[in-house]
Amino acid sequence: MATKKKPAKSNVSAEELLGHYKEMLLIRRFEEKAGQLYGMGLIGGFCHLYIGQEAVVVGLEAAASEGDKRVTSYRDHGHMLACGMDPKGVMAELTGREGGYSRGKGGSMHMFSKEKHFYGGHGIVGAQVPIGAGLAFADKYLENGGVTFAYFGDGAANQGQVYETYNMAMIWDLPVIFVIENNQYAMGTSVQRSTKSPSLWERGAAYGIPGEEVDGMDVLAVKEAGEKAVAHCRAGKGPYILEIKTYRYRGHSMSDPAKYRTREEVQKMRDERDPIEQVRDLLLTGKHATEEDLKAIDKDIKAVVNEAAEFSKESPEPALEELYTDIYADEVPQEA
Amino acid sequence: MATEILMPALSPTMEEGTLAKWLVKEGDEITSGMIIAEIETDKATMEFEAVDEGTMGKIMVDEGTEGVKVNTPIAVLLEEGEDASAVPDAAPPAAAQPEEKAAAPAPVAAEVATPVQQADTSPDWPKGTEMKSTTVREALRDAMAEEMRRDETVYLMGEEVAEYQGAYKVSQGLLDEFSAKRVIDTPITEHGFTGIAVGAAFGGLRPIVEFMTFNFALQAIDHIINSAAKTLYMSGGQMGAPMVFRGANGAAARVGAQHSHDFAAWYSQVPGLKVVMPYSAADAKGLLKTAIRDPNPVVFLENEILYGRSFDVPVMDDFTIPLGKAKIAREGTDLTIVSFGIGMQYALEAAEKLAADGISAEVIDLRTLRPMDTATVINSVMKTNRCITVEEGFPVCSIGNHISAVLMENAFDYLDAPVINCTGKDVPMPYAANLEKLALVTTDEVVEAARKVTYR
Ligand SMILES: Cc1ncc(C[n+]2csc(CCOP(=O)(O)OP(=O)(O)O)c2C)c(N)n1
Ligand SMILES: [Mg+2]
Repeated sequence: MATKKKPAKSNVSAEELLGHYKEMLLIRRFEEKAGQLYGMGLIGGFCHLYIGQEAVVVGLEAAASEGDKRVTSYRDHGHMLACGMDPKGVMAELTGREGGYSRGKGGSMHMFSKEKHFYGGHGIVGAQVPIGAGLAFADKYLENGGVTFAYFGDGAANQGQVYETYNMAMIWDLPVIFVIENNQYAMGTSVQRSTKSPSLWERGAAYGIPGEEVDGMDVLAVKEAGEKAVAHCRAGKGPYILEIKTYRYRGHSMSDPAKYRTREEVQKMRDERDPIEQVRDLLLTGKHATEEDLKAIDKDIKAVVNEAAEFSKESPEPALEELYTDIYADEVPQEA
Repeated sequence: MATEILMPALSPTMEEGTLAKWLVKEGDEITSGMIIAEIETDKATMEFEAVDEGTMGKIMVDEGTEGVKVNTPIAVLLEEGEDASAVPDAAPPAAAQPEEKAAAPAPVAAEVATPVQQADTSPDWPKGTEMKSTTVREALRDAMAEEMRRDETVYLMGEEVAEYQGAYKVSQGLLDEFSAKRVIDTPITEHGFTGIAVGAAFGGLRPIVEFMTFNFALQAIDHIINSAAKTLYMSGGQMGAPMVFRGANGAAARVGAQHSHDFAAWYSQVPGLKVVMPYSAADAKGLLKTAIRDPNPVVFLENEILYGRSFDVPVMDDFTIPLGKAKIAREGTDLTIVSFGIGMQYALEAAEKLAADGISAEVIDLRTLRPMDTATVINSVMKTNRCITVEEGFPVCSIGNHISAVLMENAFDYLDAPVINCTGKDVPMPYAANLEKLALVTTDEVVEAARKVTYR
């Protein structure tokens, strides 16, 4: 990885640090459980795990305020947990049950929460980028001061609509943060094989959009960059780009044998750069927590995840009548 | 408590696999995320990671074993302090497969196969209403202006809609009245601005997206279909896209293949979309106002040739026409001609010619293609026993094909002749004037089809 590990900022409180640790651990344990349920045949179809990338969403959510919006791709479980959606509802959507956020009709890739301002969960690579700018367009139009995080991958960064969106976001000063989650692979295609651009965030310069590269394995670095980007948008200065260098440990989806990279490459990243281990070290060396404290946290989170898994198994499949509901709205409730 | 490790499904289609290799042995410490085995699926050899932590207590399926069913216990993991005696001796019964429920038949949407359907036959405006001659272009503009006055969240975006006053001058005067905040010129970037409009609709606005022509909306069709039409369903009803996609559709005159495509049938196929294709100025106004208020994405197909044509429009404070309501444009007894959009011109001309020969045609203007008012069509065909359809689009998988199927299923016993679909020809639109004429559906073709089904 090109980025150098930045020292953890000293301006974070022990409490905040512990909070980030818990949130990242929740995502990791949730995803491990999802992988297990997939293995048992309880989750079907495509299922894209977020393991390794936890610091990205946790750091950025720490920079967001109530009312801010987010939208992402199919690799969306982490984003949903980080913005406060209920693990039970997310897991039950993965198993296609009535208790899921979309009552079982969306699945892993298509989930939404109006309440938490989570606008999906999109299965078409890159489509969420203009949608995110559109959410920001609405915020600006309605003058409500909101900022939107539009997350997309390094592979999505080669879609034409991303650049169409950059252009309009800049003409109209839209309060949108384009978050490129550069996990270095689009399925089996490494960034090196998909572009000669030395960096993805610099492409924004062609449209006049400022941005920066961020160490996505360091939650505090992500949070700091997020705060800067949010302040930029909130001040009415238009869009901002964060290229967050991260890494996915698991395959692209469950059926990926990952022959395009070596086992050593993955192991090295896990051993040396793991975002959760980094915070764990900070907590222990800074004496903000003891091994026992962390064990207790681990136990609590396992309980939350197990509860979600149980719920997702026990929640019934949707009623057959659901086949024909929600195709048309009689009255779509409008945002306040 | 000892934890069983089960044979995992590692692809959407895997039912069994080969346990190719164990990468750990009994007694090893296992941490979550550790790769413990290699498994051959129907597609590839996959690494299998441990989820739980503990000590490998017992390996129950040897490496090299083929045909290991998904969910079979393959090993047992021991927790801190446990020893191998915690491992049950006998292999536990095959792990519960996720219940294989017999696929229950989907409930069929209540479709009454018996004729005499409930059709809304109420007049579009009260008798005696003052009428004013208005062009389709003005009617569309008036509809947008009225709705923008009524609802602050309605805005218009598209290429040349503001300062240029619309490529076809449909948005004339709107910039002056509503300012650049609500009448927005976009760069030439259909895919992008359509996606932005869908996002704005998710975010609480009611966008009207103008495509200079629908030919260019092909660049944006992903957002119309995948983002706008499907989100309400995929979100379990939480959020949808209340918005209108409008612009000129179908052939203009002498603009060749890439600028002359009728997309009526394409969009009408998609659940989650509503599709409107008006002919008259009154319909254009009343339906566009309703489309803007509708909480669903509506594709509103206009026609360049009709923009300048004048029709009587009722002078009313708030004139709307419900979507999904066809209109009997001309009453008749001998056959039913079903059409919509500019096809109505040929249908009405043909009815006039047929009348001169003593054949009485009933002409139905569908106006909305989705949801389609099939009741009005069926009721008419029960009376006339014959039907032809008229549209400008291509013949394969056309709107006419669909109507034929609806009549076969619902009014077969009432048909005295096969339904004939009059359509554009199955060719890209040629440029040469004589060929273009041949490629389009003509009034004479409609008359001929009418004679055929009436055997006269
Ligand atoms: C338009 C489109 N093309 C192709 C695909 C198939 N596909 C799904 S994910 C993916 C790779 C995307 O990689 P990236 O944007 O880097 O995101 P990541 O999976 O790494 O999070 C591809 C090609 C798709 N879903 N949509
Ligand atoms: Mg990627």
